[in-house]
Amino acid sequence: MADIKSFVKFFKNPLSVIGALIISALVMAAIFAPVLATHPPNEIVMADKLAQPSPAHYFGTDEMGRDIYSRIVYGSRISLQVGMQVVGIAISIGVFTGAVSGYYGGWIDEIIMRITDMFLAFPSMILAMAIAAALGPSLSNAVIASSITWWPWYTRMVRSQILALREAEFVEAARASGNTMFGVIIKYILPNCLSPLIVQATMDVGFAIQLTAGLSFIGLGAQPPTADWGSMLSTGRKYMLTHWWYVTFPGLFIFLVVLGFNLLGDGLRDHLDPKLKNTA
Amino acid sequence: MVAYTARRLMLAIVVLIGMSLMTFYISHAIPGDPARLASGAHAKAEQVESLRVQMGLDKPLPVQYMIYMKGIISGDLGTSVSTRRPVADELKEYLPATIELSVFALIISVVAGVFFGIVSAVRRNSALDHFLRVFSLVGASIPVFWLGLLFLIFFYKQLNVLPIGGRIGIGINPPTKATGLYIIDSILSGDGIALKSSISHLVLPSITLGYSSMGVFTRMARSCVLEVLSADYIRTARAKGLKETIVVYKHALRNAILPLITLVGLQFAYLLGGTVLTETIFSWPGLGSYSVTAITNLNFPAIMGVTLTITTLFVVINLITDLCYAIADPRIVYK
Amino acid sequence: MEEVILEIKDLKTYFYSDKSVVPAVNGIDLLVRKGETLGIVGESGCGKSVTCLSILRLIPDPPGKIVGGQILFKGEDLLAKTEAEMRAVRGNSISMIFQEPMTSLNPVFTVGDQLSEAIRLHQGVAKKEAKQKAIDMLKQVGVPAPEQRAREYPHQLSGGMRQRVMIAMAISCNPDLLLADEPTTALDVTIQAQILEMMRDLKDRLGMAIILITHDMGVVAEMADQILVMYAGKAVECATVKTIYKNPMHPYTVGLLDSIPRMDVDVEKLHVIEGVLPDLSNMPEACCFEPRCPDARSICSQKEPDLEQVGDSLVRCWKYCPEWRQ
Repeated sequence: MADIKSFVKFFKNPLSVIGALIISALVMAAIFAPVLATHPPNEIVMADKLAQPSPAHYFGTDEMGRDIYSRIVYGSRISLQVGMQVVGIAISIGVFTGAVSGYYGGWIDEIIMRITDMFLAFPSMILAMAIAAALGPSLSNAVIASSITWWPWYTRMVRSQILALREAEFVEAARASGNTMFGVIIKYILPNCLSPLIVQATMDVGFAIQLTAGLSFIGLGAQPPTADWGSMLSTGRKYMLTHWWYVTFPGLFIFLVVLGFNLLGDGLRDHLDPKLKNTA
Repeated sequence: MVAYTARRLMLAIVVLIGMSLMTFYISHAIPGDPARLASGAHAKAEQVESLRVQMGLDKPLPVQYMIYMKGIISGDLGTSVSTRRPVADELKEYLPATIELSVFALIISVVAGVFFGIVSAVRRNSALDHFLRVFSLVGASIPVFWLGLLFLIFFYKQLNVLPIGGRIGIGINPPTKATGLYIIDSILSGDGIALKSSISHLVLPSITLGYSSMGVFTRMARSCVLEVLSADYIRTARAKGLKETIVVYKHALRNAILPLITLVGLQFAYLLGGTVLTETIFSWPGLGSYSVTAITNLNFPAIMGVTLTITTLFVVINLITDLCYAIADPRIVYK
Repeated sequence: MEEVILEIKDLKTYFYSDKSVVPAVNGIDLLVRKGETLGIVGESGCGKSVTCLSILRLIPDPPGKIVGGQILFKGEDLLAKTEAEMRAVRGNSISMIFQEPMTSLNPVFTVGDQLSEAIRLHQGVAKKEAKQKAIDMLKQVGVPAPEQRAREYPHQLSGGMRQRVMIAMAISCNPDLLLADEPTTALDVTIQAQILEMMRDLKDRLGMAIILITHDMGVVAEMADQILVMYAGKAVECATVKTIYKNPMHPYTVGLLDSIPRMDVDVEKLHVIEGVLPDLSNMPEACCFEPRCPDARSICSQKEPDLEQVGDSLVRCWKYCPEWRQ
């Protein structure tokens, strides 16, 4: 999987490189936020409110004179954290239910599959909205709501991999040499699901950031004064026609980060899944 | 075919019941007391209590659910807590706007997406192919609420060529109601002013929403067309002396389109979700903005109504696409 | 002598990949006269199909490209024609049937639609007339209940029936030349015999020339007048059927003939040509059959022999050259 030749090949695709660069920049920004920021993210200077972008405030200031650039830098922490948490929770639930479904089969499988059907038959944004509202508007509830809408995809993926691999020769061989089916799933089958899982997870981190930003935008996610990109857009909306920079920059960064994860996931897919190479 | 449709309908009903249970549970778990909220801030405890009884909120949850389901069968979706109007009436008002928006967005994303996908496949690995790939990735990555805001800044504020929001210009009478879709209604009633105004109001929201799901169609169309183009029957078609355009648009596309039909149904769910944000930005009076208000007002009969309507819509669309698939692919015989 | 329908001179079709160039067809000459059947034999990957696809200019580009030679069809060079002129030839005066009847018909159109498409295109007849002609063609190739079959989809037909449909499609515009790429390989033996019988019958009736590609020496013996034996993109032997069967000269031809199961002679074991086709992208300056040749000598691995007239045959082998005795 990771020999040097294929590593080099991955980086020959300029799009994958751009994706990798965006994501490393995001991680760097999150780690070194205090160094990179020019102002404390929540410092209110009413005298400077709604100032245009300038050397003092790269991306201008908001209605309370807070520096938008610094808030975006700190916001990268929230975005990264939110994306990882949503995907992490979704994968944990998904891998578990998918493994149970594929392993036991029968009526357990039937029930789990009908439940995933139900979730997938429903627009994730609206489901997440309803759950976030039920739990009360906060960032952590938005994360939970997003994760709940996401896990069925992983359940499906893991289950179908298990069903496909159950009959594979190396699995038969492992079983014949005395492993229990559950041991086989952990030791042999799950590692084989890894490639599609990694690709999906990479892209999903981006989409999870997009979804939770959407929740924040309609007021169901991060609450003021948190420096969150989605809620910055939400308040900035009032000023969009008079102060273009307020909505432009936070949105641009959501877009770039989602694009970065997409490009990276796309590159990984071409790279890890040789089947898709001919068509992609 | 009839038996297949019937079985699919049964399954749809199961999904709907499951969904209603879930949303019913969720909407009742919403913190806050709807009876108190509805009776106003200065109401006395007895008034709140009597309203609670009147709204049926004093009964246990399963009983409330049964009462609710009974109502649905007779077309009663309860009363909106904030407006005191029947939810069913309100939904009837808001639904056409959402259908108009999501259908136009779907048409934009399918037509543009499939066309770009074919072009990409036919000119594989060309600069154009790479450009279209990035273009559709950008669409999938761009947050609809941000794209909507950018469009408004540009087309409304800078150029002032398109309106800021709503379905029709202020002072213009909506066309005589037939379907509730302004564009179709204004064509039916021959109302040119209303048609022009409603189209100009629909352009930005539907492009915003459509662009976000276009990439999925481009990607799928590209890989399907590529796969089909290497099929033996395409070689046969070429060996007949057919023009390349006929080979691609008749022989290849007709085959490549099959998996895309299923995708249309699935993408529709995504579009319906996207309407929430799009409608909020463009003040589009549809189910999306209605649901945002309902959620902020803890108006759970309305929340229930919206979720059930949207699930029904989704299930119906998927049923239609499955039937289209059956008609388009002669190899499929449903039993 | 009958009129020459097709003459190929030094045809070269190469396939390009990132790393290498594969000369799939590397300097083929051949000649087909009116009403004559030329059999091209050789194992998979030797360039038979690529030769046929090159004639119709249907080589997928990229990765393939015709890099040299001439393909003279009734005296006109097909390689010099524009794409539009070429389309008027395809399916009209030259048509082709393929090896895989199961996948060569478009699954979403009816048999009748697919048949009448070529008829309408090349003969400019009305839709209804084309439909009728399509049904006539189905009748000609022995499809029972043609009116009904024309309304059916390919998946409703058996493999043999589909191949009949393919043949009907190919002959619907009275071609001068029919390219048949392993037309019976994918079929049952009994169906095979029927199809071959029908093709021979059609050839006699319509007076067309046929290029028949096969790896089955039995099939060529039955069908062909001339035989071209190909190996690794080149012709190694060319002669009439009689000459080749009576007196095969190239060791590869000898090997091919020895590997036909025979009813009249009692043999312990079928003959097998040892080894596999060489890597075409990396060919040495030598006889390409040398690594597998039972008769190879040192000269065979040093220089490549030319295609020379030896008796009634054209052969590419050092055995028949003066240098052999040195």
